[in-house]
Amino acid sequence: MNRGPRGGTAHPSDQLLHRYSHDQDIPADQLWAVESHLESCGPCRGRLAPEPIAEAVWAGLEPLLDATPQMPRTRAWRRVHAWVSPAAGPWLAMILLVTAAAVALDRVGVVVGDRVSLVVLVAPVLPVLGVAASWGRSLDPAHELTAATPRAGLPLVLRRTAAVLAVTVPGLAAAGLLTGIGVVRWLLPCLAFTVGTLALGTLIGVTRAAVVLVAAWAVVIVAPTIAFSRTALAFDQAATPVWAGLLVAGLVVTAVRRMTFTRLEGNR
Amino acid sequence: MTAPTTYAWEIEARDLRVRAGRKMAVDGVTLALGRGVHGLLGPNGAGKTTLIRALATVLKPASGELNLLGGMELRELRRRVGYLPQEFGHYRRFTVREFVAYVAWLKEMRDIPAAVQRAVERVGLADRADDRLKTLSGGMIRRVGIAQAIVNDPEVLLLDEPTAGLDPAQRLKFRELLTEIGTDTCVLVSTHLVEDVAAACTDVLLLSQGKLVFQGTPDQLAAKGTGQHPGDSPIERGYSAVLGFPHRPGSW
Repeated sequence: MNRGPRGGTAHPSDQLLHRYSHDQDIPADQLWAVESHLESCGPCRGRLAPEPIAEAVWAGLEPLLDATPQMPRTRAWRRVHAWVSPAAGPWLAMILLVTAAAVALDRVGVVVGDRVSLVVLVAPVLPVLGVAASWGRSLDPAHELTAATPRAGLPLVLRRTAAVLAVTVPGLAAAGLLTGIGVVRWLLPCLAFTVGTLALGTLIGVTRAAVVLVAAWAVVIVAPTIAFSRTALAFDQAATPVWAGLLVAGLVVTAVRRMTFTRLEGNR
Repeated sequence: MTAPTTYAWEIEARDLRVRAGRKMAVDGVTLALGRGVHGLLGPNGAGKTTLIRALATVLKPASGELNLLGGMELRELRRRVGYLPQEFGHYRRFTVREFVAYVAWLKEMRDIPAAVQRAVERVGLADRADDRLKTLSGGMIRRVGIAQAIVNDPEVLLLDEPTAGLDPAQRLKFRELLTEIGTDTCVLVSTHLVEDVAAACTDVLLLSQGKLVFQGTPDQLAAKGTGQHPGDSPIERGYSAVLGFPHRPGSW
């Protein structure tokens, strides 16, 4: 072999490399020379690589790799269900549908008279159903399983509630823009009913709380609206402090009784 | 290998009372359970489900003492418990893998995909892992329930009627799995199938009207029965004897 650059050994011939890579008989001194040269010479290692050997190894490995179980679409999927209850999907769709229907009927303006907005009327009750689907016994089939896990508790309940509000509030905001209704008139009642479901839920269970609040909505808000053909007193400017007070009271009760959500009584 | 434990019993209860609605469904139960497979037997309404729910920490005992894994913080404890409720509610649109992975996430696990694969293989559902739950048979759904319970390699495993809906061959497989898990885990299985207990359990607990009326090995239970007592096998006759069923053919 000739002396190569930088005082190292010369680059081995193609023929020698081929014999080396196929484990053919090479005199010991040449074998040693090729190996020590390969250790220090990247380009020559590169000359080895495209050999059929690499392809043969790959051909052997590929079917094994294909058989190794792969977890499909795991990340995005889990990130969604870390927030949205797996049982809530259809209910969130329903919330958007009802909002759209309220806008349509408001525009036509025939249902409950000109002075009443359906968007304002449905705003409080929409998130209640979403929350019930997130933590209630009757709408979430895996409630008992969930309640026994370490993640059960107020943080998970709040995440799922946030997911419900993330659908409800933008929907109502869009509805408000389309029908020209101020944010103040629907946002506070909507939030107060949401937190109210959780707060009452810590006392009697989320499912029953949702039933009670829907009934309260029908009696206090829907009935007077139909009876007097005007927006209920509950939506007056003067009622704003009351809604704010209810919201704060609900947050306090929920925080104080948060351990209920780690047990079955929170789902009833 | 697991670290040495600092407690004598995985499950320890003293004079435990648990309410189900207005009724005191578990009424003064004292027990101590270590590793192994413990069968919980008893007629319907005896309080089996209420007891298991209390042990799964989803029901708060009305009185008495309950110590699980030597008593630790609730969240830490729940990471080490596996629970299959009697009514195994599941999300029908999820695949087996998605569902077990979701429960693993609820159990705050790391390296979820590998654990899910292991659990699904242990219950023999590897070939259906990517099928949706709504396409599976009742027996397979039960096995998904068992897979989600064991996905976190629990130290305490609570199974409420896990063999309901399994065919005889699947029940044999299930008993093998139980015996295997029971070597390093405290397993409590409630069932009304006496033969399951005889075959797979190291220990039997018999609950009647909220009270523990028998605790011992399956052989000891079988020894309680005589030819006078109703039943098709020694252990069934022992069960009848302890519960005090009179021998009246034809009566319920």
